[in-house]
Amino acid sequence: MLEIKNLHVKLEEEDKVILNGLNLTVEAGNVHAIMGPNGSGKSTLSYVLAGRDGYEVTDGSARLEGDDLLEMKPEERAAAGLFLAFQYPVEIPGVGNMTFLRTAVNAQRKARGGEELSAGDFLKLVRAKAKALKIDAEMLKRPVNVGFSGGEKKRNEILQMAMLEPKMCILDETDSGLDVDAMKLVSEGVNALRDAGRAFLVITHYQRLLDHIKPDVVHIMAAGRIVRTGGPELALEVEKNGYADILSEVV
Amino acid sequence: MAIAQTRFAQARQDALRARIAGLELPKTGWSATARADARARLTEMGLPHKRDEYWRYTDPTPLNGGVETAEPFTFDDETMVFTGIDRLQLVFVDGVFDAGASDPLALAGVEISRLADTGADIHWARDLYGVLEARGQTPVQRPFATLNTAFANDGVMIRVTGKATKPISFIYLHNSDSSDAVLHHCIKVEAGAELTILENGPAAARLNTVMEVEIAEGGRFHHIRTQGRDRDRSAVTHLFARLGREALFKSFTLTANGRLTRNEAVIELSGDDAVAHIAGAAVGDGAFHHDDTVFVIHDALRCESRQVFKKVLKNGAVGVFQGKILVRDGAQKTDGYQISQALLLDGDSQFLAKPELEIYADDVICSHGSTTGAIDETALFYLRSRGVPEKAAQSLLVLAFLAEALDEIEDSALAEDIRSRMENWLSRHGG
Repeated sequence: MLEIKNLHVKLEEEDKVILNGLNLTVEAGNVHAIMGPNGSGKSTLSYVLAGRDGYEVTDGSARLEGDDLLEMKPEERAAAGLFLAFQYPVEIPGVGNMTFLRTAVNAQRKARGGEELSAGDFLKLVRAKAKALKIDAEMLKRPVNVGFSGGEKKRNEILQMAMLEPKMCILDETDSGLDVDAMKLVSEGVNALRDAGRAFLVITHYQRLLDHIKPDVVHIMAAGRIVRTGGPELALEVEKNGYADILSEVV
Repeated sequence: MAIAQTRFAQARQDALRARIAGLELPKTGWSATARADARARLTEMGLPHKRDEYWRYTDPTPLNGGVETAEPFTFDDETMVFTGIDRLQLVFVDGVFDAGASDPLALAGVEISRLADTGADIHWARDLYGVLEARGQTPVQRPFATLNTAFANDGVMIRVTGKATKPISFIYLHNSDSSDAVLHHCIKVEAGAELTILENGPAAARLNTVMEVEIAEGGRFHHIRTQGRDRDRSAVTHLFARLGREALFKSFTLTANGRLTRNEAVIELSGDDAVAHIAGAAVGDGAFHHDDTVFVIHDALRCESRQVFKKVLKNGAVGVFQGKILVRDGAQKTDGYQISQALLLDGDSQFLAKPELEIYADDVICSHGSTTGAIDETALFYLRSRGVPEKAAQSLLVLAFLAEALDEIEDSALAEDIRSRMENWLSRHGG
């Protein structure tokens, strides 16, 4: 599904290397987790994959189902099936959540050569998916993320993911700012989307989230590279001993 | 200052002479006295000079002297705005009323007469024509409005005694590339009555309009205006309104293109509990200079005023906002709000703003703000990351920026019509 090879990335504005030869392969149907200390490049990885400006790829490649992601505009990556759930979902005053969702869903359908959803069909679909995430009609009417609590913002991200049905979902610290109940709700939303044709990359600081979204593979990232890969037990090890032990082994 | 005034006095008089050369003052009819009075006031003032403080951001030269030619507007596939709205249509071609193209001047609860119909004696209009305009000459002079009162060649006098069943729509058509239109409308909304006025169309190579609106106790007046796609036209417009007790005034203007547009408004809240909202959305690409100059006077208890002005500018377009709220001594519990914002789509455009508050009452709420900014790149990326193409995402953000002004239109069909015009403009001008 997702194949990243020897990815080197630096910040455009300053000559600062963030990703330094990162290799990662995520197969369809799998959930991979990336853990790592602050500043290890986890969020940069998610932004680079989604196509945010401000980063320069100096070497390496990133492919989604064989297609070169790095050559595509952000909207083309989305249409190709990539989705990033933001660590800090963006507030957009003046744009209604419903308008936003409908514009996005129809833009992707159009880009894939499909028919746009009728207003009625869209409404039915969004109501059903919103209900499962306990997102009420009021939240759908409000401007995108404006005045939403931290938990509401994250649930709104998962709603977008459920509506857009991407193939490759990247969750950037989706657990940050969530209380236990909200984390459960968000995890259920993610788990409902798990299937053989879809893959997840879950970026997190804490093992907690991985109790709810059970990963197949866990990676530890440090200094812009994957330094260790293992099964779910690796996350438990981090939780128990911190990153220091692992990092001292690899350095 | 005194020396400068003397120095420019001559220039003001020269401009006036050039501007009114060939214009004649009607000697008869009910408006003759008001016109003669305006002519005398105009001689005192002269026309604005670009060194005048009040014209600091907008060069009045194209409005002075002879008319610069502007090619008439030709229609493309887009129908004129308000086409689908049930309304009484009054058509003006190059600033002259066209009875043949207009609906009969009849609407239940409304009296409509032509200004040019000098035979009629419209008693009520004697107390309004040039009266609000003259009141609006302090503390700053607005000579173009006075010129209009003196020399207006057409316009309509409307008195509303009931709730009008549909809007009255002024449709301005522009045929001659040297037309120089001077239109003066008066609207009197009697106690408890209600009327909506629509204005649209390119009008003339040069346009000068004045609208005087008097709203009696509990009356309601809505005004929705679009200033069209004529690239080269120049226009100066004045809106003078006075509100009685519990009266409501709402005005919205969409301006797209035009070489020069100066929209002035003077709104007096003179009865307790009156509400006045004035809003504008301007979109400009290239040779576009748009100026909103607004003066709101609170002179009664518990009145509410809102000024909401938004501008989207690109390719060297210039936006100006001069807005003032004056709260007179005794106008307690005033609630005043003023916001002016520009969205610059590139580095070539500019926005010049001069927001002012002058408050002489001690128990009031007044807030004002003015901002200039670019498209929010983070929001743009967020939308694109969800699959919305860049241009569509940018349009969505621009429309979101304009939304607060658009929200001032109460009627949803009219608001939707205006919103679709904005959308079309954005798609024609690349987001």
